[in-house]
Amino acid sequence: MGYTLVYTQVFEFFPYLIKGAWISLQIVVLAFFGGMFFGLIFATIRTFGNKLMNNMVIWYVTFFTNTPQLVQIYFLFFALPEFGILLSPFVAVLLGMTLNAAAYLCEIQRAGFLSIRQNELDAAKTLNFTLTQQVKYVILPHIMKVLFPPLSNHYIIMTLGTSMAAIFGVEELTGRAFNINSETFRSVEIFSLTALVYIAITFLATFMLAIIGRYFFKAKMRIIQ
Amino acid sequence: MERLIEEIPSFFTIWNIIFLAKAMGVTFLLTAIGCFVGFSVGGLLAIFRKTKSLALLPLRIFIVIYTEIFRRIPFLISLLLMFYIFMILKISDNLFLIATITVCLIATAYIGEIIRSGIESINQTQWDAAEAMNFSYFQILKEVIFPQAWKVILPPAFSFFIMFIKDTALASQIGVMELTFAAKILNNKGFSPLLSFGTILILYFILSFPLDRFGKYMERKLVTNRN
Amino acid sequence: MENIWRENLSQIEIKSLNAYYDKLHVLKDINLNVEKGEILSLIGPSGSGKSSLLKMLVGLLKPKSGNVILNNNQLNYNNNSDLRIIREQIAIVFQQYNLFQNMNVLKNVCIAPTKIQKRNKKQVEEQAINLLEKVGLKDKLKSYPDELSGGQQQRVAIARALCLNPEILLLDEVTSALDPELVQEVLDSVRLLASEGMTMLIVSHEMSFVKEVSSRVVFMDNGSIIEINDPKIIFENPKEKRTSDFVGKILKDK
Repeated sequence: MGYTLVYTQVFEFFPYLIKGAWISLQIVVLAFFGGMFFGLIFATIRTFGNKLMNNMVIWYVTFFTNTPQLVQIYFLFFALPEFGILLSPFVAVLLGMTLNAAAYLCEIQRAGFLSIRQNELDAAKTLNFTLTQQVKYVILPHIMKVLFPPLSNHYIIMTLGTSMAAIFGVEELTGRAFNINSETFRSVEIFSLTALVYIAITFLATFMLAIIGRYFFKAKMRIIQ
Repeated sequence: MERLIEEIPSFFTIWNIIFLAKAMGVTFLLTAIGCFVGFSVGGLLAIFRKTKSLALLPLRIFIVIYTEIFRRIPFLISLLLMFYIFMILKISDNLFLIATITVCLIATAYIGEIIRSGIESINQTQWDAAEAMNFSYFQILKEVIFPQAWKVILPPAFSFFIMFIKDTALASQIGVMELTFAAKILNNKGFSPLLSFGTILILYFILSFPLDRFGKYMERKLVTNRN
Repeated sequence: MENIWRENLSQIEIKSLNAYYDKLHVLKDINLNVEKGEILSLIGPSGSGKSSLLKMLVGLLKPKSGNVILNNNQLNYNNNSDLRIIREQIAIVFQQYNLFQNMNVLKNVCIAPTKIQKRNKKQVEEQAINLLEKVGLKDKLKSYPDELSGGQQQRVAIARALCLNPEILLLDEVTSALDPELVQEVLDSVRLLASEGMTMLIVSHEMSFVKEVSSRVVFMDNGSIIEINDPKIIFENPKEKRTSDFVGKILKDK
């Protein structure tokens, strides 16, 4: 069975496709920082909070890390209307990704809290550092160095995870690929091109994160190998 | 709310329960086959990636490219690409087969990396000592490196397995009869989405949670074992 | 191969050898002959190339140019089958013991002779137990490396190297990573070997030991050989200024 690959038809749509990457970026940035914010609160509760709140966070994290993000979003999108809450696709995806991220980022940040070395804190205290100074010069630099690689890694995972927004009709990168596919029927061409765009995006992201990590946080990370 | 409670008996019929059980089996099978192949082939990739001979350079380049590609594309795109390639070239229309092959390709890339990390975590001095005694590359891996590396490899590999269960949910998008697709079918049949998707969430949880606990237990045992 | 007409009976001949570690020129134009049964010590400051020379001899650092002739055979370090021949004649003990963490003491000593040299398992085990007894570790046969002290691990490493029946033994700073109280037991084992006539190249900072056992001492600095002489001359009356500077500093610190 012969089939010729015709990429020219698909290249016409390239600008349209690429603009979808911008939407993907919006989703991942919002979801990531939203997840960081709530994750930080949860991590703080887990480390310092009382028994009841600690357990509630544990249940939350356990639930969100043991179920698929796709189904979580399906639930938000289809089940919430039963309670009268109607979410647009974009908001449903964003909410689902944020709630999911909060669970994972809570665990990552909690590991960061646990990595604080008591003897460094003691040394700082004996040198008469105020609490703010202790945080600024001892705790924060160390935590950021420890946390930067796993956080970057999760960011990349989330970037790839934005592709499931297409399932709900959001016109990010994959969503636009769907649209182009239904127009031209050049499926292999369009999805392989989309794959290349994702590869380019993740390389760009890994590269920039590696640079940021090395210069601002002294966290050495590799790009390949 | 009351409507929900009314629906429960018609939702949990024998037929539905068997249907869901089968779907759960498909999800588990996809994950298990994927990870088994991923571990075997990924292990080979890791071993050959660290060879040093010039003759094997093309193979090494291929392995790097393969690994980077499959780790930098969303699962959905991999699945769709494989789906359309199979459809257009009329290789097969068995959706489970397509999904399984895709899942194996993806898992190989990820687990290959985990195994490679494990091998690299073993101190260079172990390699030097064995090399100076005339061990071949493969003998060093077999006698010295892997016996030490497996402890470093197993926890993240098991973690990946658990994560992979959730990723198979995307196979629903090409029509494979796994858990998420089953939820969509039940939802389309008219059952409450709360019940359909809620039950599926719980089923995924039932699959994933015990494995997660076992994984954490195993990690603790490994740390205390040889220390 | 019999070369009875050759006057030169050196076991090792190194001619104009250069080696690089990435861009760093670590061995510069090395010329050195080692006689059979000789105990040659290499001394010098850190980074002088002493360990690199040993690593080169056993094939862990490939030379860029120059020749190495072992037992009258010129061998190519970039050729895999030549490398096998080299490693059958030379054994090395590293600074960081390098025992295989996943095997017990007995297996560490036996594995290469059994699996690589393909010798008879029973005979190898007998020899291994003998050697371990010699270095004072007969009761630790089933222990694992992480259960042993540094000095004990190092003695196992020596037994392991000897079980390969090498003609030449290289000792790369074998006491440098040890706590001071563990150094003597290792030096005792080496002293024992020295008296049995094995050809040895020793890199060490233990100057009194070097003076005691060596037939000749080589002083290296910055990748080159500066002076080769009798231990008495090197330590008491060195010919080169750099040698006397180094020796003076070392003996002053004692």
